[in-house]
Amino acid sequence: MTHIENEIKQLKDSVIEMWNLVLSQLHRAKECIEENDENLANEIIINEKKIDAYELKINMDCENILALFNPVANDLRFILSVIRINADLERIGDYARSIAKIIREEKKSFSKESLEKTNISGMLSVAINMLSNTLTSFENENKNTLQFVFKSDSALDKINKHANEIITELIKKYPDQIPNHLNLLSIIRRIERMGDQTKAIAEEIVFYLEAKVLRHQKKKDKLI
Amino acid sequence: MAKVKLETENFNLFYGDFHALKNINLKAYENTVTAFIGPSGCGKSTLLRVFNRMNDLIDDVRTEGLAYVDGIEVNNKDLQVDELRKKVGMVFQKPNPFPKSIFENVAFGLRVNGVKDKELIRYTVENSLRQAALWDEVKDKLHKQATELSGGQQQRLCIARALAISPSIILMDEPASALDPISTGKIEDLIYELKNHFTIVIVTHNMQQAARVSNYTAFFYLGELIEWDETKTIFTNPKDFRTQNYVTGRFG
Repeated sequence: MTHIENEIKQLKDSVIEMWNLVLSQLHRAKECIEENDENLANEIIINEKKIDAYELKINMDCENILALFNPVANDLRFILSVIRINADLERIGDYARSIAKIIREEKKSFSKESLEKTNISGMLSVAINMLSNTLTSFENENKNTLQFVFKSDSALDKINKHANEIITELIKKYPDQIPNHLNLLSIIRRIERMGDQTKAIAEEIVFYLEAKVLRHQKKKDKLI
Repeated sequence: MAKVKLETENFNLFYGDFHALKNINLKAYENTVTAFIGPSGCGKSTLLRVFNRMNDLIDDVRTEGLAYVDGIEVNNKDLQVDELRKKVGMVFQKPNPFPKSIFENVAFGLRVNGVKDKELIRYTVENSLRQAALWDEVKDKLHKQATELSGGQQQRLCIARALAISPSIILMDEPASALDPISTGKIEDLIYELKNHFTIVIVTHNMQQAARVSNYTAFFYLGELIEWDETKTIFTNPKDFRTQNYVTGRFG
């Protein structure tokens, strides 16, 4: 293995570690919403600091490789992709933390009915699957699982689009629980944003693998 | 599309039994820089020398196919090699000034070509030295020995010498490989300026140099032209895995 190959491998390993940490944050966030578990919410908030530390380390590693090795071609695309994936992962971690904060501050647990109607757990499961599929694609350097990611993001967008109606309906039905339901809406928005960030990560993987730029293009699943 | 200044069509070159260039098809456009890259012995310098018939000086060289300079076939028997070399200047790896004054080095090509007008010679020497970004450094010592200059200055003097006979094409065979980074930077800046007036082909082992100075890059391997494209494509998204392995340093 050449020196630059070794550096890139170490960088890739760090990104995968960060990715797994972010994934575990999403799993915790899902459990946290379902169980209204304040301890788990605290755990997520503490773990966010680890994600931030990874982000700084990966950024610095990218900067060093650019300065010291002058990467070109696929190496350059890898570094450019990692810089953006790193920022996207950190942002997803932020969303998990803000969900945890909402849970911690919400005194009353979400009702079974509101959880079912908004399908918030289902949304989080989709977001988790998306992030997990992009990780597999990144690890194996294979774009096969990415079509699923682009399609899933559209599904999340649809749920988010109908969230207003569902929440309005719940508010009308239970006027004493308005803050509770507004918090639910806030969580839905964050999950939708997670989907957007994951889709951006999938675009970066395609850029790395095939030098294709999918950003700002429609029907991405058909372009890969 | 810019005018084609240099071109080969199914060009092959043999040193005795050794097949040094294999079926090369390549073009170099007017006012562009084309870099030839590839591992040692891949044929890049051999191809460079085809365009001003420098390979004529080597015994047992045989060619097949066609090579053109400005649309004229270079191996055409009726072609005057001196005329070809007036059009195609060359700069070598090691600066090779003549053991003469700075002024006489630049004036040499004009005198050989029978120019006697002193004013024209003086004007051309100054103009060539300015074009080679050397004038300000040598204008007060034009009659000093060229060998007293630094390596970087000597190389720019050789470029001025090549420019003095008004070529339209300049071939550079690793022009900065024997120079320190400051002198290398000056040569690269010079290439950037010169491409406004000349067509330049440069052989280099320095990948970053190829990336910095050239518009087009051609990658050679074992006598074959593996890939030829815009430099930004070669260094961001090469099509052939061998090019990718070479530019990323994973060759061998």
